[in-house]
Amino acid sequence: MPIMQANTPTGIVGYGAYVPRYRVPATEISRVWTDGVGGVPIKEKAVAGLDEDTITISIEAARNALHRAQINPALLGAVWVGSESHPYAVKPSGTIVAEAIGAVPHTQAGDWEFACKAGTEAMQAGIGFVGSGMQPYVLAIGADTAQSRPGDALEYTAAAGGAAYIIGRAEESLAEFEATYSFVTDTPDFWRRPQAHYPSHGQRFTGEPAYFEHSVSAVKTLLMELGRSAKDYNYVTFHQPNAKFPQRAAKMLGFEKAQWEAGLLSPVVGNTYSGATMLGLTAILDIAKPGERILCASFGSGAGSDAFSLLVTERIAGRANMAPTTQAYIARRKEVDYALYTRYRGKLSMK
Amino acid sequence: MTVEIARHWRLNSQRYSLIGEECPACHYKIFPPRDVCPHCAEEAGPEFHFSGNGTVFSHTTVHTPPEGFEAQSPYTVALVKLDEGPMITAQLTDVDNGAVEIGLPVEMVTRKLAEQGDEGLILYGYKFRPQMAMA
Ligand SMILES: [Zn+2]
Repeated sequence: MPIMQANTPTGIVGYGAYVPRYRVPATEISRVWTDGVGGVPIKEKAVAGLDEDTITISIEAARNALHRAQINPALLGAVWVGSESHPYAVKPSGTIVAEAIGAVPHTQAGDWEFACKAGTEAMQAGIGFVGSGMQPYVLAIGADTAQSRPGDALEYTAAAGGAAYIIGRAEESLAEFEATYSFVTDTPDFWRRPQAHYPSHGQRFTGEPAYFEHSVSAVKTLLMELGRSAKDYNYVTFHQPNAKFPQRAAKMLGFEKAQWEAGLLSPVVGNTYSGATMLGLTAILDIAKPGERILCASFGSGAGSDAFSLLVTERIAGRANMAPTTQAYIARRKEVDYALYTRYRGKLSMK
Repeated sequence: MTVEIARHWRLNSQRYSLIGEECPACHYKIFPPRDVCPHCAEEAGPEFHFSGNGTVFSHTTVHTPPEGFEAQSPYTVALVKLDEGPMITAQLTDVDNGAVEIGLPVEMVTRKLAEQGDEGLILYGYKFRPQMAMA
């Protein structure tokens, strides 16, 4: 059987979001590069401040997850950070996050990598760690401060943000994992060599054979194995490289707008890479009610998709307001122009 | 260099997350941690985790930063009165420099303080930002 289910049922015992304060509108980017001619893929994207990176984003999302889980951070058996923008090439983000939240030293810390699905991989591994009884809790984070080449199509969407999940046993959880599944092939849609500052991509190759093939196949297989269809779910969220792709994937699978709109954040935060699917899920958990079902599927270039089926429990009640909600972060908004944006993203050469 | 790495490393827990002490005699909350209670001079006591909430007591905007802090200039430094009592000096973040007022409720966040050039360490530590509403 291709779907994955732990011997001991697991679930999400706490979750936390983080979106930086700054926004650059897509029309401001098109003003600079196309004289405003042509459409833009989203309304605006979130930009990290001068003192933010994947580690600081991870720390705040993790603290929010701990506020909602109400557990002792020393019981976190692993602190894993999935990202393609780890601040160090060598030195784990996970150890710094673990130290800042009080999880050290009796923990297994480390970093994960798989383009935009690095964080959901860490969630799947967490289900295995907890489901096998090796650890009571695992913290899995997806966060990025994505870089994009000035003037490239990706510059409109490459954004910053992240989300953190504490995985524990099902009986303590706000939402139980019913099953998870991964669909992976060697597909060269998007990449970056170690010495390159900006990523390269296969232009139109990124759509059909990469994003849609993997996301749709992952969800189809998971639904088939569970004997379910789109109508069995209250909410669905996908990886969100722009506004169009996740809505089209949802339609291809038979979902309707009422199921995807709560988790669709890319129009107002952009593509937060490893944070994207996981932030869609925090926004859904903020409003979800006991007994509701959530389907979520990440996508990582290279390429693969991790799909999860979740059942919300009665313990969700009152948790949303134990930390700032995803929508509270989205509402906290300071617009910046292209000049300030280039300084914040370190695009100005100072030497 | 090694001495400096060791100095930053020893300060990690108090700098990342505002861990101080509570005086066992007078229950004064102490930050940063030290040998004796500044309030009653008894030996300082067990670890105490501050909530991170406080208010701005005074503030000034730095336009000519010390060496190593140029990257984030200009920035506002404040004297923050923590809810548990002690006063600490810290940078403010996620706020417009002109919008800071005495009495502004703030909360602790962990951010990048400085980078030791392109090849050195990145230093993280506490800053304060305007408190976010919970709902
Ligand atoms: Zn004392």
